[in-house]
Amino acid sequence: MTESVVPKIKKEAKSVEEAILKRKKPSLHFPIRSLANVRYLEKEGYFEIRGKKKERTLTVNTVKTFAQTLRMMALSKTLVETDDIATKREAYYVSKNWDEARFLEQTESDTVMDDVEALFEVNREQLGFVPEEKGGDVSGSLVVIDKDPNTGKEIRIDCTKFGSGAYSIPISVEDLKFETKAKFILVIETAGMFQRLVKHGYWKKANCILVSMGGVPTRACRRFIRRLADAQKIPVYVFVDGDPYGISNIYRTFKVGSGNAAHINEFFCVPQARFLGITPQDILDYKLPTHPLKEVDVKRAKDALKNDPFFLHHKEWAKAIEHLVSMGVRAEQQALAAHGLNYVIDTYLPEKIKHPEKFLP
Amino acid sequence: MAKRQLELIPRNEKKERPVKKGARKTAVLKASPASRVKAVPKSAAKKKPEAVRLTAADLATRQREISVSEFFTKNRHLLGFDSPAKALLTTVKEAVDNALDACEEAGILPDLVIVISEITETRYRVVVQDNGPGIVKAQIPRIFGQLLYGSKFHTLRQARGQQGIGISAAGMYGQLTTGKPIKIASHTGSKKPGHEYEIQIDTKRNQPVIVSERELDSKGPEPDKEKRAVARAFEQGTRVELEIEATYKKGRHSVDGYVEQTAMANPHASVTYVAPDGERHEYPRVAKELPKPPLEIKPHPHGVELGILLKMLHESKARNVVSFLHGEFSRVSGPVAEEIAKSAGLPLTMSPLKAAREQAESLYKAIQATKLMAPQSNVLSPIGEELLLEGLKKQVTADFYAATSRSPAVYRGNPFLVEAALAYGGLPGDELATMIRFANRVPLLYQQSACAITKSVIQTTWKNYGIQQSRGALPMAPMVLMVHIASVWVPFTSESKEAVASYPEIMKEIKLALQDVGRKLGLYIRRGLREADAEKKRSYIEKYIPHIGIALQEILGIDDKRKEKVCATLKDTLERSRKND
Repeated sequence: MTESVVPKIKKEAKSVEEAILKRKKPSLHFPIRSLANVRYLEKEGYFEIRGKKKERTLTVNTVKTFAQTLRMMALSKTLVETDDIATKREAYYVSKNWDEARFLEQTESDTVMDDVEALFEVNREQLGFVPEEKGGDVSGSLVVIDKDPNTGKEIRIDCTKFGSGAYSIPISVEDLKFETKAKFILVIETAGMFQRLVKHGYWKKANCILVSMGGVPTRACRRFIRRLADAQKIPVYVFVDGDPYGISNIYRTFKVGSGNAAHINEFFCVPQARFLGITPQDILDYKLPTHPLKEVDVKRAKDALKNDPFFLHHKEWAKAIEHLVSMGVRAEQQALAAHGLNYVIDTYLPEKIKHPEKFLP
Repeated sequence: MAKRQLELIPRNEKKERPVKKGARKTAVLKASPASRVKAVPKSAAKKKPEAVRLTAADLATRQREISVSEFFTKNRHLLGFDSPAKALLTTVKEAVDNALDACEEAGILPDLVIVISEITETRYRVVVQDNGPGIVKAQIPRIFGQLLYGSKFHTLRQARGQQGIGISAAGMYGQLTTGKPIKIASHTGSKKPGHEYEIQIDTKRNQPVIVSERELDSKGPEPDKEKRAVARAFEQGTRVELEIEATYKKGRHSVDGYVEQTAMANPHASVTYVAPDGERHEYPRVAKELPKPPLEIKPHPHGVELGILLKMLHESKARNVVSFLHGEFSRVSGPVAEEIAKSAGLPLTMSPLKAAREQAESLYKAIQATKLMAPQSNVLSPIGEELLLEGLKKQVTADFYAATSRSPAVYRGNPFLVEAALAYGGLPGDELATMIRFANRVPLLYQQSACAITKSVIQTTWKNYGIQQSRGALPMAPMVLMVHIASVWVPFTSESKEAVASYPEIMKEIKLALQDVGRKLGLYIRRGLREADAEKKRSYIEKYIPHIGIALQEILGIDDKRKEKVCATLKDTLERSRKND
């Protein structure tokens, strides 16, 4: 997946130029990026994009977006050729030099960027565009082998040596190497829970690697864990809130990818992930304090049951979500604190880890 | 016309306690024929629940006739003299209404001159001159020096004035505030001598008092002292001059706005107006012909209330109820009159007076229960779509105009019709639309929110026509809305004739008229949007094609010549496809 994107850009531009000179209206073909255009590959374990594409023909109405798309492609080519990067925000500011074609809001430039990414079916990092947000935090018995950006010399980063802090996953993880004797990777939704586990040295106790996602995991975070798990052949357990958002947005995206990034899910998914908790059954088994499901939660859950190929495939999941909806409540990770602040470390996680076979797929 | 006398009903005076509601009602001015049926003091004499009981004799000592001036002073807000600024407007309005009515009745295209001059800051002179038929000498004192003397109260015909109270009330207001008499000059024709009167009102007896009187030579009265405006030849017509306590303000709710709007609704009139600051406004004639004269009709039985029916029975000279019904009302043929009398259980030969005493209510019910033809509706005189447009175009500069004139309809037995016009665009935007209301061609300047016209505008869904509107508010647009109601009897909410009462039939017609002009406006606005869209697309091509050239150059490294060729070709391709759209 490191093949250069420059020839692809040139090829596309050439076809546009030729069409114009033939007095035809040029078209670009974008894959449709939505759940409706993915299928779930069980064996490979991710959402694969189906063939559907939308055609954008250059007309009077589309001339502005068309021009912006082409200029974004040109910017990408320059970035790749000069081995530079631009954040999404920086790319937005670069457009301010484009006179009439400039973007007025970053959301506009982000959309065009996503379009270009999908057009060439590459990761945006390959186009020279990088996201603003950081990838996620890592703590535990893991050594990451990176290179010094200036000298190219190998650097060994020991993730046990960050004290109360953590190792931050970089934006590009493709060239990292790993050394670890950990038995599993525990991926955590909230930074708060991550801190508790770090503070009390849970990774030492359980001999694991802790990763904090901070909400929906970034692509870098997903790719990092994927490469780490693949290389070391260790299982990945996911610990998120027991609500439709934690299940259908965070966990689903983490494990099999998303509709929006359908063209690159193959690389940005963690098919070996298993769902540790909080499961709907946990709410009953651990007598967790709950909040009622909000309207958007119910809508999200029903939508998942109806349209999401992942949940349509896994009957256990469908049952679990229906169970949650019928209870009409949700429980956060932190709800375990109701039984004592360290209940999660002393009781919940050890009990759970004993029976990974019971985890939801 | 028979002489009408002001009839005042005795009422308790100087009471410290608030006057009872019932007592108030009886104090309404009432005109009755010379037969002079004294009204019986009713509720005023009724016992009160308070501890102190008064005998009828006690009360009788307090009951006396109230004079016109007392009535006027107490009720001047009802007649439009509640503030000095409004008094000025009302005075001008009454004089102008009379002038226009007189000209039209005589079939003369009106030429009006209005001059207001400041004497002191709180005192103004108002002069209104017309080229109408003039007034015969003998009538002048009573028309101007007696309240409720006039030709219009007892007719049902589309006219500006209705009660015969206006100009003499203005005269009385001047007399009460400045002590000056009203001055009238009149010429009935070039061959005849003219007359000039100075008249006061005997406020106790409601009778004119002639202060001075002189004959004018046949060339007409002398020009205005200040020689500013009324210097025009004056061979026929009337000039009214008053001195009143007043204040002058500029703006839409002032005399300025009134004159401007009067010119709009009377395109057949030419108006010259000299404001107190000396500014001269000319409103030339737009229409070369007089509007179709409105016809007088008898009242339709379904529009008559019990009280009025009683009064008509009293006043009738008919021999029996059948000839009364047949003769005093429209749409009642002989057989229908008999049918009504029969269903009311009245002998066909019963006299109207007797019917009034004993059977009025059953007669009233029988009338309401009988099916009758709708009143004639061809008696009204609309402004007409064309003249509405011309009048509006003259006073308001806008991008778009629309007008509609609806067919007559009926409320409570009275025929009426609604006309509407609007001007849109090119006006100050982001404000509520400006409303201009007319009733029988008279501008309505006050009490906008109480008026059926305003309510109808608010209840119309302007969003359908591409205009913004908040709930319960006037539409928000650079727009002037003009609505005219013409009727043989416009139902006002009060005597000062400032707002039209909200009869459902009237509101429905107003809304239909507004929807009609609204649809025309909607078409215009949508066309404008389409054009703006096309323009936007044109500019799109100009703006963004160069960027496609730049991008292709950066990616493919083509030279400038090839880049230009790509741009030119693409532009040509898109231009052609746009035209084929």
